[in-house]
Amino acid sequence: MWLDPRNPQLTKNGELHHLLSLEGLPADILWQILDAAASFVGVTQREVKKVPLLRGKSVFNIFFENSTRTRTTFEIAAKRLSADVINLAIAQSSTSKGESMLDTVANLSAMQADMFVVRHAASGAPYLIAKHVGPDIHVINAGDGRHQHPTQGLLDMYTIRHYKKDFTNLRVAIIGDILHSRVARSQIHALTTLGCPEIRVIGPRTLIPADIRNLGVQVYHDLREGLKDVDVVSTLRLQSERMKGALLASGQEFYKYYGITDDKLALAKPDAIVLHPGPMNRGVEIDSSVADGRQSVILPQVNFGIAIRMAVMSIVAGNWRG
Amino acid sequence: MKIHIKGGRLIDPKNGIDAPLDVFIAAGKIVAVGAAPDAFGANRVIDASNRIVCPGLVDLAARLREPGFEYMATLESEMHAAVAGGVTSLACPPDTDPPLDEPGLVEMLKYRARGHNKARVYPVGALTEGLKGLKLTEMAELRDAGCVAFSHAEAPISDNQVLYYALQYAATFKIPVWLRPQDATLARGGVAHEGQVATRLGLPPIPVCAETAALALILLLARETGAHVHLCRLSSMEGVNMVRRARHDGVAATCDVAAHHLHLSEMDIGYFDPNTNLIPPLRSQRDRDALRRALAEGVIDALCSDHTPVDDDSKQTSFSEAEAGATGLELLLPLTLKWAEEDRVPLSTALGRITSDAARVLGIDTGHLAPGADADVCIFDAERWWKVEPAALKSQGKNTPFSGLEVKGKVTHTLVAGQVAYEAK
Repeated sequence: MWLDPRNPQLTKNGELHHLLSLEGLPADILWQILDAAASFVGVTQREVKKVPLLRGKSVFNIFFENSTRTRTTFEIAAKRLSADVINLAIAQSSTSKGESMLDTVANLSAMQADMFVVRHAASGAPYLIAKHVGPDIHVINAGDGRHQHPTQGLLDMYTIRHYKKDFTNLRVAIIGDILHSRVARSQIHALTTLGCPEIRVIGPRTLIPADIRNLGVQVYHDLREGLKDVDVVSTLRLQSERMKGALLASGQEFYKYYGITDDKLALAKPDAIVLHPGPMNRGVEIDSSVADGRQSVILPQVNFGIAIRMAVMSIVAGNWRG
Repeated sequence: MKIHIKGGRLIDPKNGIDAPLDVFIAAGKIVAVGAAPDAFGANRVIDASNRIVCPGLVDLAARLREPGFEYMATLESEMHAAVAGGVTSLACPPDTDPPLDEPGLVEMLKYRARGHNKARVYPVGALTEGLKGLKLTEMAELRDAGCVAFSHAEAPISDNQVLYYALQYAATFKIPVWLRPQDATLARGGVAHEGQVATRLGLPPIPVCAETAALALILLLARETGAHVHLCRLSSMEGVNMVRRARHDGVAATCDVAAHHLHLSEMDIGYFDPNTNLIPPLRSQRDRDALRRALAEGVIDALCSDHTPVDDDSKQTSFSEAEAGATGLELLLPLTLKWAEEDRVPLSTALGRITSDAARVLGIDTGHLAPGADADVCIFDAERWWKVEPAALKSQGKNTPFSGLEVKGKVTHTLVAGQVAYEAK
């Protein structure tokens, strides 16, 4: 086996082969990705937006769970690297005919794929796929269940670095549905690796998973207390289906106690930035005046997201010489 | 057929024997221990020098997968696996397809199992029809057909009134009821212990209170109804403490734990290893250590394999979609020995948990080797190391979280009713 059994996204030489999780990713690899992305941000602003780093390569976007935004940004990123992109929405095709996930992957591998960008509703599914593909295929996790959304976490780090320069003096608050959030889990691991000294998670007890303090975060249930003097406010999407069960009473009550509004944001540092992974529920987790306000960096996040995905794809393919 | 088992170290926990003694077998029974009976002309002498001779193992939970799940395992494969693991008596849960809820199904299973001349099979009948949790089965009829107890396997009984009546009805006929304590709604959607690992990996959690809430109810109803309740597969420290307290208060409940849960914890899930998706979930190291202690103290009566063969297609998927369970018949003995050695539990006590103590729960006169007893015997080499290689297992289920582990203790002979049912090559 050429992969490190203790961290199966790295080769035994410590190079990034798959991107499955930000947990256990060494800081030098995180910095390498962020630095590579910085150079691609320039590309995305040029008139000719293409570079030939993945010319002749086939990137398969395999989405076992629906997504528009993430799939589109991966597609744009791959195309700007000159790769051929094939989009497969498996949610509506093979598996509904009873084909197993591994059979689907084996069939696509036979089509000479070079890279799989995978989204799946089950936590850990990309690990299984990575374990069963040939040594020349790279797997990028585009979101698996509640586990990880590594490229989102990375683009958030890029955004924070862009506006704040340094992680070692930051106080970051992550707010809302931590329980179901793969974004929160990716952010937490990246922030701790990059040296952020204080990470807070804020939400009602039903949405804070057990023993989360073990990940190196502080837990707050009072939003006003938790927002005090923070540099970064990371809001999470609250999916409407969460309101159907017993975890929450209503969107209105959530908004009243955990929605980010101007008056609550005023408790953070005056130069605090506000992030959101999208798509936003205005009037639930975030007020429009904040989403569109001077501290919001939500739209720049999207642009950085393309650069981050270009960086990740070039690096796992071994074609990045930064 | 007369057999002389010669030169072994006999460990018979129930009779307090741990000494170098020969065993003499005739007509399917133990006829003497120590000195040969007069004029005993053995047809066969088994050399057991440097080996341990003990009662055949009694396993309180082994799924044979027939009828209905032959793609996962068959009677033939699993009966072979049983004797290869030294198991001579096993109880099989009713979660077959169809479930064991009619006398005809039970008789057929017993008949077919006998045809293999291997381990003795003791069916556990379904407590409700189709394991649907609505209507009681004909428990007395099923008992007469061969069921030793009644359970609901892993199917939920969401209606407490049904559970209450089921226990009352079973108590009427003095029929034991085996229940795995788990509140179905508290565990809903969950696949892993609610704790740091499930949080880190984003796996839907099963809280400890899913076990303790169900335990509280079952213990209460057991006291109310006077039913003989056996609690299957405890998983948590708090659960063990509740059973300890209930016993102290005079509730006559017995309980067991699965061998996997003595050696693994949530940490072993690693990178979503589907072989660690077990029922109940692997909990924290603290829980695991409490189970080990309670088993040594006898608060937990017996250890079982919870043998659950699963086919590759049902396992080779994401952790939460994978079919739960692990193969276990051939690992029961080495995992018991490993626990005994690591925790300095006397060998005789440890073997008791998988022989005489399990037989007591089962309510069957087996699991000991006094003269007159059925000659169900396990002979093993306690010092022999071997590596767990799924492909080499006799069970059709290759699903084990212990793949690659070096374990100690290899069965060399298994005798059922005085016949050699397994002999290592």
